[in-house]
Amino acid sequence: MTALSSWRSDAVAYIYKTASQLREMIVTPFMVTLLVYCLLPVLFFVSLFIGRYDVVPSHVILLLAAPIVNLLPADIVHIYPVWIAAEENVIYQIRLPRVIAAILVGAGLSVAGAAYQGLFKNPLVSPDILGVASGAGFGAALAILLSWNMMMIQVSAFGFGILAVSITYLLSRFYRNTPTLILVLSGIIVGAFFTALISLTKYVADPYEKLPAITFWLMGSLASVRYSDIVMVAPLFLLATAALLLIRWRINLLAVGDDEARALGIDTKRMAQVIILCSTLITASAVCIAGIVGWVGLVVPHLGRMLVGPDYTRLLPVCLLLGGCYMLIIDDLARMLTSAEIPLGILTAIIGAPFFAYLLSRRSVGWI
Amino acid sequence: MDMILDVQQAGFRYDLRRMIFSEISFSLAEEEVLCILGPNGIGKSTLIRCLANLNPLCAGSIRLHDRDVRSLNHRDVAKIVGYVPQAHEIVFPFPVREFVLMGRAPHLELFSSPGKDDYAKADEAIDLVGIRKIADKPVNEISGGEYQLAMIARALAQEPEVLLLDEPTSHLDFGNQIRVLEIIDRLARDGLSVIMSSHFPDHAFLTSNNVAIMQHGSFMAYGLAEDVVTEENLKQTYGVDVSITYSRDVERHVCVPHKSGQCRCRDTQHPEYPGTPVIVANTAK
Repeated sequence: MTALSSWRSDAVAYIYKTASQLREMIVTPFMVTLLVYCLLPVLFFVSLFIGRYDVVPSHVILLLAAPIVNLLPADIVHIYPVWIAAEENVIYQIRLPRVIAAILVGAGLSVAGAAYQGLFKNPLVSPDILGVASGAGFGAALAILLSWNMMMIQVSAFGFGILAVSITYLLSRFYRNTPTLILVLSGIIVGAFFTALISLTKYVADPYEKLPAITFWLMGSLASVRYSDIVMVAPLFLLATAALLLIRWRINLLAVGDDEARALGIDTKRMAQVIILCSTLITASAVCIAGIVGWVGLVVPHLGRMLVGPDYTRLLPVCLLLGGCYMLIIDDLARMLTSAEIPLGILTAIIGAPFFAYLLSRRSVGWI
Repeated sequence: MDMILDVQQAGFRYDLRRMIFSEISFSLAEEEVLCILGPNGIGKSTLIRCLANLNPLCAGSIRLHDRDVRSLNHRDVAKIVGYVPQAHEIVFPFPVREFVLMGRAPHLELFSSPGKDDYAKADEAIDLVGIRKIADKPVNEISGGEYQLAMIARALAQEPEVLLLDEPTSHLDFGNQIRVLEIIDRLARDGLSVIMSSHFPDHAFLTSNNVAIMQHGSFMAYGLAEDVVTEENLKQTYGVDVSITYSRDVERHVCVPHKSGQCRCRDTQHPEYPGTPVIVANTAK
């Protein structure tokens, strides 16, 4: 009996050992990176197949291939439409812009969140720490209250988002050597102020039409995204993301300490300004096309750190990709789970919060 | 001899409050080690921050290679002066190698990341202070002594001519204190100039050429270690009685506190030399 049990425990130990060796072979940094880089294209195509309206899967492939293949001379290869007009409409006018927007919003919020976490040397910071989301929320609520059109709602959200962060920054300037703590405090002040203004707007809004519209907008959704929205925010968005990616190694130095970064020749004040400007542009753009979507900018950078470590040279690109994936998954769930769409802000938190708790319980985040 | 760092009539204050220090003048030659002693809160750290160009002076001037630091930007200063602050907590688990690599920042263009050369220089610095074993460990999981060495390595990766160390031996155990001082001594022999602050007068004898005692907002005494670290000066600075004696055992001056009425030291005596100090670090090898 003892011989048997010891044989068993040997076998178990052997299996564990082999498994951990196998895992080490598979889970190399290279494989992780490869996986992260492949995941986004896969999810991109999968997301195009998902939706309320049934499009024949083969038609989706043909529809997507057609514009590219048909560039070639027609006598070599040509795809003739076998789909119906409604299918083309669903894929190109509804799903594709929505999928692109989801990637932009997720990637942007994650990069902005990661950059802020470095700037504030705090892993619990999210992109709306300086009040951009409350400002943008108030901008949109005000625009809805005043019955402005869709375009104006977005412009107003963007403008008030920028305004909120500007106020935060100016408030912090009252102190001569702007420590980041003052910046965070100013952000809390401005955030609270604009949140109160949102409540005020809701309070005076007509409870049958305007109030639900405001509430839904604040919960976030990608359902009504059109190409024009993407075209409107994309240039600023890409510019800001590119700027953050260019200075990404230097964010490491900020994350270690302001004094040390300055002693190493970094102009920390200018760096902080650039990071705040870029992150604000990104977050304000994201909010104005998708509404307020929380948790992405907080959770994804941690996921990234677990995969590739804290070095921003690798972390920021990975955040970009993972953020896109996370948002695509959330948006797919929002479309699929129930017959009515679930607002994004709800799903990101319902999925994000337990996921974050799981990450903490694994103790693999490296800072506790 | 060529002076790397020259400080004239330096004074500093935060906002409009009282001067932290004023009228401080000294200069630093190549391979010189200057040790700044002084009681808590007297402004040693502030002086070192000013020398690292982190706080701008309110009076006087600091010249690096005969150029005023105010005419230089942070990056130019960082190529000449390496700064090792007091240990503080780091949130993100950067591996030691990445942490040391950050010292390459002043030599990199704004949009570039470190390349092969920079990694080689970082590894060189890691070997110089002897922390190769922990190079892949997260910097927030290593011991205080290792962290101090990692910070020195990062400053060395900067390839500076002057190293400023703010209390490099605080929070370290006895062995690590001596190890850090030995490394500082070796670096100075290899051509680096060093300014460090310390709470231990004895450390001044271990490594330094020159010593400055900071008291009442200025240098109370400045000169060779043997001239400055005297019984009267230390009594005046710290308000405690000490003995400075030459120890034949370790072939240097040593500084030992007296046994006062309040102190409950045990009555132990050296087995061979009754009445001589008990614990003395020996660096002569």
